[in-house]
Amino acid sequence: MTDQTHYDIAIIGGGIMGCSTALRLASGGMSAIVLDQGDLGQGASGVNAGTLSLQIKRVKLMPYALKGHHLWEEMGDAVGFAKTGGYTLAFNAREAEMLHERQTMKAKAGAPIEFVSNNRLRAAEPNLTQKVQAASFCPEDGYANSSLTGQYYRGRLQDAGIPYREGCKVTAIDQGAAFTLHTAQGKITATRILLAAGAWLKPLAALLDVDLPVNARVNTVSVTERMPPLMSSVIGHATGLLTMKQKANGTVLVGGGWQGLGTPQDGRGTVNTATVKPNLALAQYAVPALAKARVTRSWTGFEANVPDFYPLAGALPNVPNAFVLGCVRGGYTIGPYIGQLMGDSILGREPEMPLFDPGRDFEKDTI
Amino acid sequence: MSDHFDIAIVGAGPAGGNAALTAAQSGLRVVLLDEQPAAGGQVWRGKSPSILSAPMTPETKAGNDLRHAIDQSQINHMSGTRVWDIRRDGDKWSLQILCDAQSLQITATSVILATGAREYVQPVTGWTTPGVIGLAGATALFKQSLSLPGDKTVVSGTGPLVFFVASEIRRLGGTVAAIVTPNTRADWARALPSMLQHPKLLARGGVWMADLMLAGVPILWGHAVSKVCGDDHVTSVQTQALESDKQGPIFEADSLCLGHGLIPQIEAAQMLGVPIHHDPALGGWVPDVSPDGVTPVKNLYLCGDGCGIRGALAAGLQGTLTGARVARDLGKTAPAPSIRAWQRAAGFGKAMTGLSIVKPKLEALTSDDTILCRCESLKRSDIRAEITTGAKSTNAVKSGRRAGMGPCGGKYCQTVIAALIAKETGKPIGAIPPSTPRPPLRPVPLGQAAGDFHYDDLPIPKPAPL
Ligand SMILES: Cc1cc2nc3c(=O)[nH]c(=O)nc-3n(C[C@H](O)[C@@H](O)[C@H](O)COP(=O)(O)OP(=O)(O)OC[C@H]3O[C@@H](n4cnc5c(N)ncnc54)[C@H](O)[C@@H]3O)c2cc1C
Ligand SMILES: Cc1cc2nc3c(=O)[nH]c(=O)nc-3n(C[C@H](O)[C@H](O)[C@H](O)COP(=O)(O)OP(=O)(O)OC[C@H]3O[C@@H](n4cnc5c(N)ncnc54)[C@H](O)[C@@H]3O)c2cc1C
Repeated sequence: MTDQTHYDIAIIGGGIMGCSTALRLASGGMSAIVLDQGDLGQGASGVNAGTLSLQIKRVKLMPYALKGHHLWEEMGDAVGFAKTGGYTLAFNAREAEMLHERQTMKAKAGAPIEFVSNNRLRAAEPNLTQKVQAASFCPEDGYANSSLTGQYYRGRLQDAGIPYREGCKVTAIDQGAAFTLHTAQGKITATRILLAAGAWLKPLAALLDVDLPVNARVNTVSVTERMPPLMSSVIGHATGLLTMKQKANGTVLVGGGWQGLGTPQDGRGTVNTATVKPNLALAQYAVPALAKARVTRSWTGFEANVPDFYPLAGALPNVPNAFVLGCVRGGYTIGPYIGQLMGDSILGREPEMPLFDPGRDFEKDTI
Repeated sequence: MSDHFDIAIVGAGPAGGNAALTAAQSGLRVVLLDEQPAAGGQVWRGKSPSILSAPMTPETKAGNDLRHAIDQSQINHMSGTRVWDIRRDGDKWSLQILCDAQSLQITATSVILATGAREYVQPVTGWTTPGVIGLAGATALFKQSLSLPGDKTVVSGTGPLVFFVASEIRRLGGTVAAIVTPNTRADWARALPSMLQHPKLLARGGVWMADLMLAGVPILWGHAVSKVCGDDHVTSVQTQALESDKQGPIFEADSLCLGHGLIPQIEAAQMLGVPIHHDPALGGWVPDVSPDGVTPVKNLYLCGDGCGIRGALAAGLQGTLTGARVARDLGKTAPAPSIRAWQRAAGFGKAMTGLSIVKPKLEALTSDDTILCRCESLKRSDIRAEITTGAKSTNAVKSGRRAGMGPCGGKYCQTVIAALIAKETGKPIGAIPPSTPRPPLRPVPLGQAAGDFHYDDLPIPKPAPL
């Protein structure tokens, strides 16, 4: 690595979006640098529930998620990938109806989802509650270990010869013939920039006088101590408010998007016991034997979105040579793939699937 | 019983106990929470009922006095109660507690954290062999159940605790194979001026030493345990002279008490947003707090060893200062005790803590094959590999290797891992903060954390858009 200070592109944000795009850009011949205010992969990309489930993806993002699943499978052991298949459960008539409606649409969008009988469900998952009213199954579902995101991408960037800087917050951006980034570690210049700052996109874009309507959700995940085998596939709930899996080491991870407290500006966010309790209750309702498992940790992460809950992926409005990638629902699953599309677009190639114009009208335009 | 209190105090040791007594005297409603069966904390730990007739030590006496005073007061003392989460809820604090296997919530206007300390052990090869226990941990055995760590014990570690533990083992009829302490006589000579301020404590130390010398127990100054041998149980303990690196004697023993000082338990304070800084003379990372317990977080106070290792005497005095301060802040009349006595006691305590600052030669006895993270069986070489491939923070090492994700939550590995990161990256140890603490403060059975519920009453929000 040389002591170069000018790059073809500077990527601000070392989460899954920034890192996967950097890899694509470097393979296309651009000199790139990745800057993160903290460590690589310690934002949403490193603390998420790691569920790779087509059953909880948005219908219109299904083609992207399917591609994402294949990339995760290729990454394999290095990211703790496991294709276990996944069951989504309904516990009453209302949920059964919701399950039917939602999973049918997702199946039509290309996900190999089927509805399964109680007998089949019990044979596969004997520790599930007897109170299941309806269930769907997707053989493609599984999980990866999000804790490994930082370790994995650090290695990939090093192998690709892409420099990265940690503890390097971008605090100001000057525009001119090139961009000059003011960082905690001095100035860096680049011909192009990619904003990939996750839940911090709004303050980052504001440095360029662009107002991105980004909000942050504060998702919660909990984990238990190691347990004897209780479930072998990813377990979800018709509403999406429970995702659960038992890792190879026996720990059980419980998520589902219950909301904690705090804002991205104030630090890492905090768990709200008032929402963790129903999250854990739902887990226990699904697998009663979990009652005895000791919870060792609950934590939160910030998931960014815009009002229409579709990605920002493309050119930043009104700032030539600036791009933005973020706010992808199910972004851990889709990140490695949409990063490739973003990279291709910046390299001037036609991406395999369409991107999502960050300049759209979020109230009116349809995706 | 209403479940709102003026003050909730976590920890009923000398610090929390005295804070509670002082605050209750001003007429405030105080709840004192501790997971132990009786008040007294680590140092004044209560005896289990089976050994109540055992001879009285000064610790038992001080503890009995505290327990008696608490019983006589208006304090609502909830023993056997584990606090697993605390958070701000509007203008009050809400605390999640586990009591008789039941999950309850209480609220309080102000919270005092008096959570004390835990033990530090500098890992050496074999330190996880059954038969090795903590030096401070051993005192809990004696106090609670009068039991011994084994038939023949090597006692090794820093500060005054080695001599106390060795003399207790002898008093209870065990055999001490040797005392092995990294401290030199010169270390002690440097601490002497602060000790002279506390002749009573000094005299007790003198009694332990006299007993040990009379009994002919070998004392190896400036030495450390370099290796613990034995497959499924300790069989012998190897020693080494620290300055010369020369191998010392090998002692046959079936047990080893090993400890290198105490670390403040700061997780609860950190989780609630109290800034921390590194001060080796106080045991490592300590929260920002005034002598009378005030923190930058509104209505949150800290006292005792949990905000810096200053010892039991200082902990009690700071408890009194803090209890009075909270009472005054809540609009009650309460005395404003002088901080002089606390400062004096703190000076003594700090001198003792200083004896436990890890010497580089002691650190060097941790080898690449030594287990650093017990929960995940990670050796130093595993952690080092993670650092050399780019993990530069305790959070990054935790994510990459699970060091700190096991049941102990990193309590036993974070200090040594931070020291290793500092060494490998050439940064000062004060630039490597501990990993982000997460609730629960103690592991909680999922069913108890969830509490009783009816499925139909679960507050299920609107599902995500399709
Ligand atoms: C194992 C051990 C043994 C020690 N033995 C001695 C000794 O023999 N002599 C000596 O001079 N010093 C000893 N010390 C030092 C000791 O810490 C004293 O300096 C003194 O006890 C400090 O008083 P304190 O009130 O600050 O904390 P402590 O006495 O440690 O009291 C803290 C209390 O908080 C409780 N607590 C913490 N977190 C929670 C929670 N989440 N929920 C419920 N309760 C909680 C603990 O159960 C504990 O009783 C020992 C320390 C340790 C760690
Ligand atoms: C708790 C939780 C659970 C989730 N569960 C799942 C799931 O099970 N499956 C799934 O597919 N998706 C899940 N998601 C969503 C997924 O994690 C995110 O969509 C994805 O990780 C977002 O990646 P990112 O790179 O955009 O953001 P991040 O990973 O947050 O990365 C942004 C980075 O930018 C850095 N940064 C910000 N500002 C600056 C600046 N000024 N200068 C320098 N650097 C800066 C930050 O430090 C951060 O590292 C979950 C999200 C959360 C929070």
